Amino acid sequence: MTRLPGSIENVSAMQAGLVGCHSCDLLSKIKGNDHQMLQCPRCGASLHSRKTNSIARTWALVIAAFIFYVPAMVLPITNVSSLGVSQSDTIMSGVVLFIQTGSWEIALVIFVASIIVPMMKLFILVYLLISVQQKSDKRMRDRAKLYRLTEFVGRWSMVDIYVVTILIALVNLGVIADIDAGPAAFYFAAVVIVTIFAARMFDPRLIWDEMND
Amino acid sequence: MSLIACHECDLLQQRISLPAKSKAQCGRCGAVLYRNIPNSIDRTVALSIAGLVLFICANVFPFLAFEVSGQSVQATLLSGAVALYKQGMWEVAGLVIFTCVAAPLAQILLMLYIFVPLKFNRLPYATAKAFRLLREMQNWNMIEVFMVGILVALVKLTKMAVIVPGLAMWSFMGLIIVLTAGASAIDPELVWNRFGFKKEQPGND
Repeated sequence: MTRLPGSIENVSAMQAGLVGCHSCDLLSKIKGNDHQMLQCPRCGASLHSRKTNSIARTWALVIAAFIFYVPAMVLPITNVSSLGVSQSDTIMSGVVLFIQTGSWEIALVIFVASIIVPMMKLFILVYLLISVQQKSDKRMRDRAKLYRLTEFVGRWSMVDIYVVTILIALVNLGVIADIDAGPAAFYFAAVVIVTIFAARMFDPRLIWDEMND
Repeated sequence: MSLIACHECDLLQQRISLPAKSKAQCGRCGAVLYRNIPNSIDRTVALSIAGLVLFICANVFPFLAFEVSGQSVQATLLSGAVALYKQGMWEVAGLVIFTCVAAPLAQILLMLYIFVPLKFNRLPYATAKAFRLLREMQNWNMIEVFMVGILVALVKLTKMAVIVPGLAMWSFMGLIIVLTAGASAIDPELVWNRFGFKKEQPGND
């Protein structure tokens, strides 16, 4: 691990009139005012100093994810029918069921991956958006770390979707019970996908732009 | 001396050459900027060939066998997604197939497509697009999350029946390790440095 020493008086590429290619890292000069339509001369990727409309787009996706989160939590994710008795479970009642049957480790995995992680990710994005909009110059490094965390943890929320898929595959082939995926599976998958895109739409360079002004 | 802009905070910094097996971090925000990976191309090719073999095993052989009251049922990786599809949840089924079958397969094939020709000093057709697609597929490959899903499902089902892990399960575990190692063996600089440099670019003189 080597930290690069030679920062040139804290100048960002944008201030120096340069733009770094997001794909191959080559630096190009920004020509004119409209630097949105430039192409990287080496690899052909389109060049953006900052992601287009980052804040508005991230807000839109964050709000959409909050909306999807409600039916994902309230509606049943599995319907189990066994010998004429049927039972619907939401994500939360599934967690409670695991605790009651003594598998608290599994309960913890599902609780963290399905309930804590999506909420935490959304609240972190809200905090980053508000702090950037208020032009905060505090705790930039911590905010950069929070952003990296949201990119890293988002995928783990898919666990519950996979559990339902595997249960359906195995149990329906047998004879003891029938398991159907409930409507929450769709909304929960939507929450995961929309938050992944929300984190991508956010441009972490906006956090540091206040320092450079 | 050439310059690099941090992709996470846009700080301009001077590139330095790195000792083997180390990575350069942004001096301001700490993002990883580039790495020095010894034998990057050989490693990438070897791991993607291993990945292809493991991928085929993971999809052809039964994943789990489920034994209850003398009956035995086998499930493959795809049968779960097919069951979801039959229940009318084609969106979720599509997502499962994309993240656990299509994305890993695309990742393996793109790694071979880009790095086998590079091994012989050639650039394949549309390298830049293929490389960007590879990066995208790495993001959507969620097989390690699927593995945790399997473990959770197993705990839920062991009370109802006897579960026997199949050959595909072991191949799948191997695939996770091989693809993670393969993704971190890739040195993007090796690809981009094959592209023609334009001398008038700032910071490259």
